[in-house]
Amino acid sequence: MSDAPVLKVEDLHVWFDLSGGRELHAVQGVSFELRAGERLGLVGESGCGKTTTILALMGLLPSSASAAGRVLLDGEDILAKGEETVSPHRWKDISMVFQGAMNAFNPVKTVGSQIAEPLEMHGIASGKVARAQVRRLLDLVGISGDRADRYPHEFSGGMRQRAAIALALACEPKVLLADEPTTALDVMVQAQILELLTQLTRDLGLSMVLVTHDLPVVAQVCDRAAVMYAGEIAEMGDMAEIYHEPRHPYTRMLFAATPDMLGDDSVISIPGAPPRLDRAIVGCPFAPRCDSAFSPCADTHPRRLEVAPGHEAMCHLNDRVTLEQPA
Amino acid sequence: MSTVGGTLLEVADLVTRYPVPRGVIGAVARRPKLSVHAVEGVSFSVGEGEMVALVGESGCGKTSTAQTVIRMVENESGSIKFRGREISSLSARSLRPLRREIQMIYQDPYESLDPRFTVRDTIEEPLLVHGIAGSKPQREAKVREALDRAGLTPPDLFIDRFPHELSGGQRQRVAIAASLVLDPKLLVADEPVSMLDVSVRAGILSLLDGLRRQGLGILMITHDLSTAAHFADRIAVMYLGRIVEEGPAKEVVRNPQHPYTRALISVVPKRDPREQTVPQILKGETPNPVHVPSGCRFHPRCPIAEERCKSIDPQLHRARESHVAEHRAACIVTAPG
Amino acid sequence: MSGLITEPGLVPEGAAPEAIEPASTRRPGFFSATLRGEPQAVVGLAIVIAFVLIAIFAPLIATHSVTQKTGPIYQAPSSSHWLGTDDGGVDMFSLMVYGSRVSLEVGFAGALVAMLIGGAVGVVAGFFGGWVDIVLMRITDIFLVIPDLPLIIVVAAVFGRTLANIILIIGIIYWTSTARLIRAQVKSVRERVYVKRARSLGAGNGRLIRKHVLPQVAPLLIANTVLMIALAVFLETYITFLGLGDPSTVSWGKLIENAFLGNAVLNNAWWAVVPPGLAVTVVILACTMVGQSMEDALNPRLKVGHLAVRRFRMRPLQGELDAE
Repeated sequence: MSDAPVLKVEDLHVWFDLSGGRELHAVQGVSFELRAGERLGLVGESGCGKTTTILALMGLLPSSASAAGRVLLDGEDILAKGEETVSPHRWKDISMVFQGAMNAFNPVKTVGSQIAEPLEMHGIASGKVARAQVRRLLDLVGISGDRADRYPHEFSGGMRQRAAIALALACEPKVLLADEPTTALDVMVQAQILELLTQLTRDLGLSMVLVTHDLPVVAQVCDRAAVMYAGEIAEMGDMAEIYHEPRHPYTRMLFAATPDMLGDDSVISIPGAPPRLDRAIVGCPFAPRCDSAFSPCADTHPRRLEVAPGHEAMCHLNDRVTLEQPA
Repeated sequence: MSTVGGTLLEVADLVTRYPVPRGVIGAVARRPKLSVHAVEGVSFSVGEGEMVALVGESGCGKTSTAQTVIRMVENESGSIKFRGREISSLSARSLRPLRREIQMIYQDPYESLDPRFTVRDTIEEPLLVHGIAGSKPQREAKVREALDRAGLTPPDLFIDRFPHELSGGQRQRVAIAASLVLDPKLLVADEPVSMLDVSVRAGILSLLDGLRRQGLGILMITHDLSTAAHFADRIAVMYLGRIVEEGPAKEVVRNPQHPYTRALISVVPKRDPREQTVPQILKGETPNPVHVPSGCRFHPRCPIAEERCKSIDPQLHRARESHVAEHRAACIVTAPG
Repeated sequence: MSGLITEPGLVPEGAAPEAIEPASTRRPGFFSATLRGEPQAVVGLAIVIAFVLIAIFAPLIATHSVTQKTGPIYQAPSSSHWLGTDDGGVDMFSLMVYGSRVSLEVGFAGALVAMLIGGAVGVVAGFFGGWVDIVLMRITDIFLVIPDLPLIIVVAAVFGRTLANIILIIGIIYWTSTARLIRAQVKSVRERVYVKRARSLGAGNGRLIRKHVLPQVAPLLIANTVLMIALAVFLETYITFLGLGDPSTVSWGKLIENAFLGNAVLNNAWWAVVPPGLAVTVVILACTMVGQSMEDALNPRLKVGHLAVRRFRMRPLQGELDAE
């Protein structure tokens, strides 16, 4: 892995227009870096903003959305002018595999022709050259090349997901964004797909952001993880470190809420629900549900602090400045 | 330790098949009549105060088994006994009183409540359908009692709400309350938490566990081995319509005997990043239940398959390496019987 | 503190009962949703209501008798006869006002008959499926195939030209499209989990249809009926214009027929032709506007525009931070 990050997201914000002139602040200042060959897990529950974040990276936001912040792909801010600056890179340098990607194929066109589309769109290859590339891509994802002329309904769910990955990799992007790529699949097929993704990042030097609500998946596949809550990154760092030394109560409680098949610890549930994002949040967004909340949590938003090299968290418990103040 | 009382549900050699429609052309061309062999000889029991989990991947027949047990689907053969009484051949009319005693909880909390019904309407409906608790105040009392039992307290906070005003976890509790209002003996829960956020799941599962301790029998259908291992008393692992392994939950998960179970467990991602096992990924995908392999239905994908596995269809026997009598596996290699 | 939905048993300190969304954010009713979204719905509804009021208060609004000659033949509009007179010297304005009664009555009644028959067939076919569905759909196909004009002529010739027969014909011709629409909707509602759940706790078909299916299907039925009214008014006009209408009543179609037979155009008597035609057009337009808005409210995804190119907006970051 080289040193300079392939992808650098700086202070990303996304708002959605709501009726009555209100706004939903879905992503609230997300920043992270991704190096070549690295697998970063973006974990959180429904409504935390993880999917919106990666859609913003691809510029796939609806017209009711507005965004702010910088997305540096190899140093160039692709979000600078919105659609104008993003579209040349979309599918070429940064690619995505969607939730339910199995259903992302047009049923009346062959799978091969659809995988060739990004090649043709970006003027990389066409005709026979494109077809050869398609066969190589299918081979890469473990599908035999002569299936290129088949239709999506002839593929099983797991195979369609592989084809969706092949489609995303058509133009050899540097970054692959995967949104819940295995959520709708059986656990055995999930294992196959996760192994494929891991192998691809190793063999191709591909960087990956894996978005999921499934903590064990991230634990198995990713090198680093960012835990999102209420549109922010609550904690981010090396995978093992986050599990064994969590520095944010939400991370700790989320792990505690995930059953461990062979373990005996009881599984907890986290009371309450995430805060509404269409209103300004005062203090720490997790405070109402936190088991360790204390006096500053209700009125002051915690600072983003580096608690160890490469490990950051947004919690007053890590903040010596706050802790030293009289309660 | 769970209190296991009498047997509530006893299923023996259950077979359920769905015909694959041939269409007019198929009939004229005399194509063979195909069926989906959803459930191919399944036997298990659920006792009072016991939670049994039917675990498996899609197409294994666990949902079809549940549907057949509650008689929403007709079985082709086999017996279903509820409290000692055979129910597989009962008419719709005779089944009606039974619908009070056996209740189903569905997977999707966002779809299982009528969006036009308030919480009160939803929970009151079973009472109206079965003509129980004649007066409005009596029904109101029962509705509140059910809300309390389902953990939705104080009831006033929820009773006049519409589903869209509630979270997923709360909706699922409303659905549970609606099934509790009739005071059932057996609950069949089809993936009760798979569509809920992780932080909310334990609450619902603890609720079910609490009901179990009150004496209800619970048959839980799930694809999530971790959940089953944590909350169920016994696990039955299904593959292509059969139970391939069964036994006490912790025992099955820590000491799996059937090669399919072993592969499944090895492949489930672990919570601890440092504790990942080498996944034993099986080739291909689960075959279509229309064309079931001959002999042992798992042999094409089995890592320890032998020549004789192609022709022998194994029965459930006590596994050689198991220390517990009730732990059985259907494999002639690990459980020759 | 931002609004919380509390999980049970763990109601935090000081959480007031309004911790859950207060009742005012309840999903708006179907009708208010329609009206709020679309100005065209409001305009359309206003027009329809205006015409209905004219029809109801016809005796108070009409200026002259509709049976007696009260002015010269084909007199142009004047201060005494606002819309002039027809070929019999009868005041056009009063004829228009009274004509609205018949046109609207028949239109509404015809649409109602179509809705009742179509709705019933659609619900039964969609809910029960199987051979009931097959039989009903074949019957629907047969009715669909019957040509309108010959049917109208036959009924008029054999059973007589009465208002009741016209209403019946409208019902017979239009129920089929409603039936298909409702059948499709019922089929999809039948598969919803809450219906299956109600069935699994022992609810009978009657209850399932009454309490779970019909309420879901009713808005669509109403929207469809409103659109049907437009068609029914048109059909009535068409039938009467052809001379197959009830000779003892006056409707807008009759007025057009009279104008045609009385050579109004040759006499340059535009006031005998234009007002009824315009009235029919406006009513149909208004009903369509309302019905269309209702359908849009029911299925916002059908609204055109979601395929438009994505154009999200970028904001300058500093400005936002200052504002917060």
